[in-house]
Amino acid sequence: MAVMSVREALQQALREQLEDPRVFIIGEDIGYYGSTYGVTAGFLDDYGPERIRDAPIAEAGIVGIGVGAAMVGMRPICEIMSVNFSLLAFDQLINHAAKLHYMFGGQITCPMVLRTTNGWRNLSATHSQSFDSMFAYVPGLKVVAPSTPADMKALFKASMEDPDPVIFIEHTLMYGVKGEVPDDPYEVKIGESRVAREGKDVTIVTYSRPVHLCMDVAEKLSKEEGIECEIIDLRTIRPMDMSKALTSFRKTGRAVVVSEEWQSHGVQAEVTARLYEHGFDYLDAPIERVGFREVPFPYATNLEDQVVVTPARITEAIRKVLT
Amino acid sequence: MATTPETAEQFAGLGSEQLVDMYRQMALIRVFEEKCQEMYTRAKIGGFLHLYVGQEGVAVGMIAALKPEDHIITHYRDHGHAIARGLDTNALMAELFGKATGSAGGLGGSMHLVDVSKNFWGGYAIVGSHLLLACGIGLGLKLQKREEVIVVFFGDGSTNGGEFYEALNLAQLSKLPVVFVCENNLFAMGTPIAVHTSVQEIYRKACAFDMTAERVDGNDPVVMYEAAQRAVEHARSGKGPVLLEAMTYRLRGHSAQDTQKYRTKEDVEKYRAQDPNQVFRQRLIEEGQMTEEQAQQIEQDVSAEVDASVEFSDQSPPADEKWLTTGVYANEILDKY
Repeated sequence: MAVMSVREALQQALREQLEDPRVFIIGEDIGYYGSTYGVTAGFLDDYGPERIRDAPIAEAGIVGIGVGAAMVGMRPICEIMSVNFSLLAFDQLINHAAKLHYMFGGQITCPMVLRTTNGWRNLSATHSQSFDSMFAYVPGLKVVAPSTPADMKALFKASMEDPDPVIFIEHTLMYGVKGEVPDDPYEVKIGESRVAREGKDVTIVTYSRPVHLCMDVAEKLSKEEGIECEIIDLRTIRPMDMSKALTSFRKTGRAVVVSEEWQSHGVQAEVTARLYEHGFDYLDAPIERVGFREVPFPYATNLEDQVVVTPARITEAIRKVLT
Repeated sequence: MATTPETAEQFAGLGSEQLVDMYRQMALIRVFEEKCQEMYTRAKIGGFLHLYVGQEGVAVGMIAALKPEDHIITHYRDHGHAIARGLDTNALMAELFGKATGSAGGLGGSMHLVDVSKNFWGGYAIVGSHLLLACGIGLGLKLQKREEVIVVFFGDGSTNGGEFYEALNLAQLSKLPVVFVCENNLFAMGTPIAVHTSVQEIYRKACAFDMTAERVDGNDPVVMYEAAQRAVEHARSGKGPVLLEAMTYRLRGHSAQDTQKYRTKEDVEKYRAQDPNQVFRQRLIEEGQMTEEQAQQIEQDVSAEVDASVEFSDQSPPADEKWLTTGVYANEILDKY
């Protein structure tokens, strides 16, 4: 086992993929600039401008090029620096990438991976959003949002090997998070959740960065109050594996759903509905949800701190379902 | 009917056999489209139906300049391109009828005809959006070092949105083997060109990207073919993309339900008097490239082919209900509980 950061795990994953001549990366500032979050730093020198393609600031173009190239047998990795900019590419993603296989009766496939980032910190209204549920809403897309270095590496490989378009969601505040990554080849399949922490009192269902917040809260509650949280990391949000969350919920009868999205109409609403639909008989308390407060992101720290998902808000929700 | 040096020049080097086949394609498109209108009226075809009547010269002239290994991607007014590419008219009509034997199994309909085995990458119905797919296909071909080109058809109405400009920039930036063919039929749906765009000579929009471009008479399939050859040669030789603006006119409405309040009957009649199919037919006969008897035989043959496609479609089974539960993904992964 080697300990490495999410950034390092992704670098390894990308370099492995670039051994395949069908793979190229296209995105803004991935080459000459050296990569906004450092993931593709040094790649331009190693692989050259044909494979590491600095794109104009034209998000529809980046994704459209990727979709078209995938149609004729390439394995493109498209990078949208911030998920906020992906709105400009929704037409290509939703009207093309998600539709090609079905609309043309199975004649066309689109094996493309779109890497993008959620994230926030004093970035104000248009640079702090996440659109997980907007991607996951669309039949035809697959949406992966891992939380650990090991899962990042393995699920990136799985995404690249998948013949369908995959939205691979990273997080700007998570690139430095470290964890163990196996030295030997290992596999994580798309559509399989994991138990990140075992516990008997309350089930927490989450994914991406909040997994780490929930782990910290769980350790604290365990040490200080003897409350044992079981944490389910969904890892993939379309397709969605509810099996471990439901198994846990049947045991605890209490659940908190946590994600970094506005609290209504999101992935957490979907998870909550599925817990009610499939776990109703085991319900001991109404399910609690923790997401962004429903305002555009404010710039000022004192306000932003009260919009985001925090250990305090997660703790409060846990206490509520336990009473 | 030997081709003399003079006629060879006059017909851009096309021999009488090719010219007659081009007339056959134009006649087939025309008859197919008129039959579609009839089938729409009889409720055999539903949804939106955008007919190519009057624009035949563009598709036929352009596609005649391609090799079979070259690629085509197009917009929602796609019947003409599909037929000129040689897609099976049975599969096309069956697609419009929503049948299992359709080119996309009845999932796509009129706006999404397809046949990947013929490098016909489909019709797309979000205006201007597929130009970027053409760039991606072009990039794929270039990276794979294939000496093939991709031709993308779109209308004048596609040239105002951002994706058009992104596509032109990306194609020129990477010298992609893309031939952009704007079918300028003077209307963006029902909005006249003078109302929808600031520069009405569409080919001039390529200037901003230092891209080779020209405006041609798309109603003359020979002129279209000649320009297509130049453009395809340019793209194939690695010099980068070309924008062709093919001037044409749609003799029917935007779609089958269009009341055409945006133009006068006199205008349409003026263009109908110069119907490209009739002009080409007459010219081939006058210049000794085709006989009247040949023309009549072709017209009978294409009518029979289209009638057979209707019969085939009527007899075909409806779209397979397997598509209600499968096919969204190439690799289906189910949710787990």
